[in-house]
Amino acid sequence: MSKNVKKQEAGNQGHGTRKPSAQIIIGLGTCGIAAGAWDVWTAFEKELKKRKVKAELKQTGCIGLCYREVLVDVVTPRGKIAYGNVTPAMVSRIVSSHLIADKPIEDWIVLGDGYETSDTDFLARQYRIVLRNCGQIDPEVIEEYLATGGYKALEKVLREVPPEEVISIIKQSGLRGRGGAGFPTGRKWEFTRRAQGDKKYIVCNADEGDPGAFMDRSVLEGDPHSVLEGMLIAGYAIGADEGYIYVRAEYPLAVKRLRIAISQAREKGFLGKSVMDTPFSFDIKIKEGAGAFVCGEETALIASIEGRRGMPRLRPPYPATSGLWGKPTCINNVETLANVAWIVSNGAAEFAAIGTEKSKGTKIFAVTGKVKNSGLVEVPMGTALREVIFGICGGIKDDGEFKAVQIGGPSGGCLPAELLDITIDYESLTATGAIMGSGGMVVADQSTCMVDLARFFLDFTQNESCGKCVPCRLGTKRMLEMLTRITRGRTRDDDLELLETLARDVKVASLCGLGQTAPNPVLTTLKYFGHEYDVHIKERRCRAGVCTELVTYAIKDNLCKGCGVCVKHCPVDAISGARKEVHHIDESKCVKCGLCMEHCPFDAINKV
Amino acid sequence: MAQVNVTIDGRQIKTESEKTVLEVAKENGIYIPTLCHDPRLKPYGACRLCLVEVEGAKEPLLACATQVADGMVIATDTVTLHEIRKTIVELLLSNHPLDCLVCESTGQCELQDIAYNLGIEEIRFEGERHTYTIEDFNPLIERDPNKCILCGRCVRICQEVQQDFVYDFAERGFETIVTTPYDRSLIKTLCEFCGQCISTCPTGALTERLSRFKGRVWETKKTKTICPYCGCGCQIELYSKNSEVVRVGTEVKSGVNSGNLCVKGRFGYDFINHPDRLTAPLVRKGRKLKKASWEEALDLVALKLSEIKKKHGADSIAFLSSAKCTNEENYLMQKFARAVIGTNNIDHCARL
Ligand SMILES: Cc1cc2nc3c(=O)[nH]c(=O)nc-3n(C[C@H](O)[C@H](O)[C@H](O)COP(=O)(O)O)c2cc1C
Ligand code: SF4
Ligand code: SF4
Repeated sequence: MSKNVKKQEAGNQGHGTRKPSAQIIIGLGTCGIAAGAWDVWTAFEKELKKRKVKAELKQTGCIGLCYREVLVDVVTPRGKIAYGNVTPAMVSRIVSSHLIADKPIEDWIVLGDGYETSDTDFLARQYRIVLRNCGQIDPEVIEEYLATGGYKALEKVLREVPPEEVISIIKQSGLRGRGGAGFPTGRKWEFTRRAQGDKKYIVCNADEGDPGAFMDRSVLEGDPHSVLEGMLIAGYAIGADEGYIYVRAEYPLAVKRLRIAISQAREKGFLGKSVMDTPFSFDIKIKEGAGAFVCGEETALIASIEGRRGMPRLRPPYPATSGLWGKPTCINNVETLANVAWIVSNGAAEFAAIGTEKSKGTKIFAVTGKVKNSGLVEVPMGTALREVIFGICGGIKDDGEFKAVQIGGPSGGCLPAELLDITIDYESLTATGAIMGSGGMVVADQSTCMVDLARFFLDFTQNESCGKCVPCRLGTKRMLEMLTRITRGRTRDDDLELLETLARDVKVASLCGLGQTAPNPVLTTLKYFGHEYDVHIKERRCRAGVCTELVTYAIKDNLCKGCGVCVKHCPVDAISGARKEVHHIDESKCVKCGLCMEHCPFDAINKV
Repeated sequence: MAQVNVTIDGRQIKTESEKTVLEVAKENGIYIPTLCHDPRLKPYGACRLCLVEVEGAKEPLLACATQVADGMVIATDTVTLHEIRKTIVELLLSNHPLDCLVCESTGQCELQDIAYNLGIEEIRFEGERHTYTIEDFNPLIERDPNKCILCGRCVRICQEVQQDFVYDFAERGFETIVTTPYDRSLIKTLCEFCGQCISTCPTGALTERLSRFKGRVWETKKTKTICPYCGCGCQIELYSKNSEVVRVGTEVKSGVNSGNLCVKGRFGYDFINHPDRLTAPLVRKGRKLKKASWEEALDLVALKLSEIKKKHGADSIAFLSSAKCTNEENYLMQKFARAVIGTNNIDHCARL
């Protein structure tokens, strides 16, 4: 163990004994802040001062219970208790009842030893490797990371394990890239190590352009050192002395915490010349991306770091032989790298014991949409889809009915209820037409129109296409136009067949992953929800009531009392009827704004 | 280069290992359509038309970027490939002004040729089309982004060959466009007007202003010659119609210039038919220059040179010759200066 680490740990313990016995830890990830965590922080500051209560106010990253933000942990000798959905108005009661009178407020508790709540399962049924420290430690204090055993894996490899052996540990662990493609990480490292070059690079891909995915952001905000440690170990293994983190500029908090982490690591001698007094030198630079989805593609990412327009290029050569500035470069995703130190510390076998035959370890999913508990879920590979959506995330909001889950974001696919029992691993997901992707999971209920959902994702990919190759640039544009026509009831007879043909051609003929996967949402909805397309085209109806132009508003004779409220709210005078008599909507005038339905006191208006 | 044997469309072919599938196919008269390929440039892979099927490969591979290997079995024209190519070309045509009647590139347009070769009779796709209005006030290069298929050839030739970096892509998705820094007119950029971008453009997006409406490619006669400007001796081709040169080009990958030209060679041909051009010797009579016969003119020069030499000595005379002359002509000029007049005062305009 290096002197630095020892000193720090000793210092940490010494510090600990002098700490006030109570701690208030506020979740200050971007999600927490968006929910008002800084207001809660200020409220606590004021309240503690006013009541003269001695308690330490601390910050931590996001624990993943997004639906419960703002989250506040109160640590007293009786243990740690977490309150959810905290507002400044609740602060004074937490201080007086919990901190002063030692009576936790049971109604507000979301997690706590000895308390069984509706949220207990959310964390208890997860398996957290990558998120091990998120929401547990203060990401801006390196000592807290060290106290969890941080940088011990680095120290171990630097002192005891030759680079080739580090690579074989990662190979044995079965770790595969979490950035989407699932390429075996150990093999990528090996290629880069073997490539000829006087200089090599490690690049951490923190572009996370997938709408709906935010696990990389959470890890960077909640546990940045785990990523730095992963990069250091990777750098040592492949023989690189420089690393870049390509992080989107829309993640200012992640950038800030990375900068803090890098400077702290430098101070401790973990980064820079002679890391931990060994011959290994390594430093890390941050490159902020301008937020183009395609810049997450590795060759576009390299172009972007080099100051050129982010556009994918042909491979080979792969970055492992010719990457950044033409040098051998290993590009890994944030989540991939955050696994590395854990694998080194716990052993390849321990990691390989988790998951399925071909997909090892865990995967984080960002579950959003119509589920009760939305947030970050880390589960072993091979967990059933049903367990994630119903077991952990509590099923559908407002007790609605599950309709579909979109996995893998705009590059992924929509799966129906019949497939809820498939297991989550690279191969099973690909077999369905979806992909693991970065792990976005958007859950849809009956109020979602599948045609519209496919249109939404295609709109995204079309806008984000770099424009280089014809099938992607123009193919997705024409597909999007066809989908728009379908959702507006202006379909040409052959649109559906043409849509499918075009989707398949775009998939095979596109240059990079963006175009090759962009048709997935269309192809999977066609495959599993083909009847919805039929209803749109043949009946000109949208059963979910989403496609406005296919919806008509009608007044039910038996419920209408003739009160006239709807008439007042209709902006285009489409409703008529005598007082106390049944009213009617003139379809030719109706602009489908839905205001009448919203305001009818007797629920007499409905969408058909 | 190792010798390899490959099979293309059932034909056994002996070739060298460092060639691409596209090169080998071309050498053997096998047609693979391409739009973003130019042998002067690195493989780019944007048009996706040259996808071919290679036995053992999961997905079709790009002929322009795949090197042949011993035993490779390649199919260049299967039904699947044909369908993909049709889709690609129809997609391009669905956003292309089909004004081939008056397009300057008709007859030499690669998009037109490919559409014809694929037998495209209808365009299945329809939707938004671009209607850009770009006025580029410069005397030589006409830019029409509506006809641009974004193959990136102009962008790349200007970067890779000319190193001038005048064009790049801007925007994303359907809105992607090739443009200059800050959308400026070429005259306000670093453009040197070599016209290399025009020479590589496969469609009518970049054309020559000087040649507009002067003659269709099939109406013109091609004459191979050497550029009359500097001593590089670039190979050029004069396109003439009714004995008037209407355009200058060069064959791709031929001559010392490998198919490249500079501004003078490509655009500097208007002197040929210019009214100011001298077609007969002129002799000054009083204040006026008068047309004369060669005998009369040469006699006068001989007389004057002899007089001056006699009066002021040989070194009072200097000879200036031209880079536009051939080596032989220049040799004769210095021979005349040294052996006949007796002076070493001889120089050349390219040094000025
Ligand atoms: C359009 C597109 C976007 C991508 N975006 C990301 C991204 O945001 N983050 C990421 O890690 N990988 C992304 N990838 C995958 C990367 O190209 C690359 O495979 C990955 O970073 C490799 O790391 P891994 O082996 O650790 O997964 C993207 C790929 C494509 C085609
Ligand atoms: S598939 Fe799309 S994003 Fe990828 S190179 Fe082609 S145009 Fe660009
Ligand atoms: S004329 Fe020459 S310098 Fe100007 S844009 Fe074209 S290739 Fe570049």
